[in-house]
Amino acid sequence: MSTVAARSTPRTSVEARERRRARMTKLIPWVSTLLSIVLLVIIWKLVIAIFDVSPFVLPQPEDVLKGVKELVNSDGFWTDVRVTLTETLVGFAIALALGIILGTILGRIVWLEQAARPVIVASQVVPKVALIPLFIIWFGFGMTSKIIIVALLAFFPILLNVILGVRSVDSGHRDVMRSLNASRWQTFRRLEYPSTLPYILAGMEVGIVFAVVGAIVGEYLGGDQGLGYRIVTSLNNLQAETLFAVILVLTLFGFLLYLAVVALKRFLIPWHDSTIDSTRAST
Amino acid sequence: MSNDGASDVRATSGGGTRVLEAEEPRVQREHPHVSGALPDGEAEIELHGISKRFTTRTRDTLALTNIDLGIRKQEFVTLLGQSGCGKTTLLRILAGLIHPTEGEVTIAGRPLWRGDHRDDEALRKLGIVFQDAHLFPWFTVEDNIALPLKLRKVDKAERRRRSHELAELVGLQGFEKALPRELSGGMRQRVAIARALSYRPEILLMDEPFGALDAMTRDKMNMELQRIAEATSATVVFVTHSIAEAVFLADRVVLLSARPGRIRSITTVDARHPRSLDITAQTNFQEKVLELRRQLTEDEERIARQGGVSE
Repeated sequence: MSTVAARSTPRTSVEARERRRARMTKLIPWVSTLLSIVLLVIIWKLVIAIFDVSPFVLPQPEDVLKGVKELVNSDGFWTDVRVTLTETLVGFAIALALGIILGTILGRIVWLEQAARPVIVASQVVPKVALIPLFIIWFGFGMTSKIIIVALLAFFPILLNVILGVRSVDSGHRDVMRSLNASRWQTFRRLEYPSTLPYILAGMEVGIVFAVVGAIVGEYLGGDQGLGYRIVTSLNNLQAETLFAVILVLTLFGFLLYLAVVALKRFLIPWHDSTIDSTRAST
Repeated sequence: MSNDGASDVRATSGGGTRVLEAEEPRVQREHPHVSGALPDGEAEIELHGISKRFTTRTRDTLALTNIDLGIRKQEFVTLLGQSGCGKTTLLRILAGLIHPTEGEVTIAGRPLWRGDHRDDEALRKLGIVFQDAHLFPWFTVEDNIALPLKLRKVDKAERRRRSHELAELVGLQGFEKALPRELSGGMRQRVAIARALSYRPEILLMDEPFGALDAMTRDKMNMELQRIAEATSATVVFVTHSIAEAVFLADRVVLLSARPGRIRSITTVDARHPRSLDITAQTNFQEKVLELRRQLTEDEERIARQGGVSE
């Protein structure tokens, strides 16, 4: 008994130390975020003080904060948020569905992917933002044109990742399933689907950022509501602090959507390398 | 086609690809066909006249030719040979992963293939361990072990019970909830063995299962494997390129020879299982290792003479 006790005591203290270190490592991003915000505000104020910048060009941080407050309380703010959110989510959902379906087909049928390659490359290199005015002519100033823009922008990163994912199912894993005489459905359910999931989520991670960009630029270039439209109006009114406030709100908006995808990833593929904490990965 | 194979070879040596048709009669003359077939009714697994030809656009390779081999119930057979001799191909044919070009595989009297379909009863008797563990990273150790049971629709409680039992058998008790990435190479291979054993196969097919492990872990795993084979009374077919490992484990060592792959010799090893590493120091053991080494070297020289490189 005594030997067990003697051995377990130092071990638990080592474990405790490691746990503490892991907790500290987890805190680092939060601390650094806080520090960089503080640093940004200090530099911001210094620049205004030293170069005597006009408030029309760069307002004081506290004025921007006031601007945010006014923006949130202003008429139709929440409607604008809802419009932008709807465009982003609906467009993203379309991109996701099409990306998964087409990606699975193209990933499996090699000759079809070869045939479609020039089209894929061509539609990728077209600066899609340049197409926005065209979509507005075709689909009007309402939400439809923005949804199409969002879908188009988010579609390609998802498609390419799904094709890659379908192709990279490990041949050794396939041998295991084959040696167990697994049915077509079982192979899909137990092997192909979980193997491809990390790729789908990687595509979503890039896609959601593009989706937000698409929605905002779409509203910016041809809209009558939404957060992107707010940018145009505050620019036209030369309200620098409102402009900054919108940018701040949009940053938060994009960040929350991105966070949702990351959370989904942690939930769906906790086993995957990309979701392991760096502290655990080293063991 | 020349009927004087030797001069044919000399004329073209160094000239790159030779036509396989020209090679076959000469090979058969240099090395008579070694049959590993057993008397009727003795064999649990029977390979009858197995040949495998791989055809690609640029090459036509005869990976295996005319293999006859019978394996008894609960026998431990090792397939030994250098890389490229077709030993893995032979195991994959046994496992039903590839179809032989010619010949038939029967398992406990049932043909493995019926046309393009594999016999499920025969497949159920086989458990396979590959060189890499090929564990599914999204499953815990427990779920990886129970995967074959899940595919065969065994209920959850039974799956759990069986995977715990097997985790214990392979020395992984306490690791049931771990993910594969948290395990060492040796532990992963133990999980792969447990998975192969989960639905109680009578035959365990292993393709260099410890090839990727360090020498110490490998020795340890070889000891464990004997114990596991004993405990499950499984027939084992074990592929390796290590002569010492082949002799240490086997009741019979089947030496394969390359270009084209065929049985070169069959060596019986009498020592009782489980064997301890001490037997590797015995003269009897060492003589067998030396004889097999001599045969392998002879083969290598023959291949070099033919103008090819042994891969």
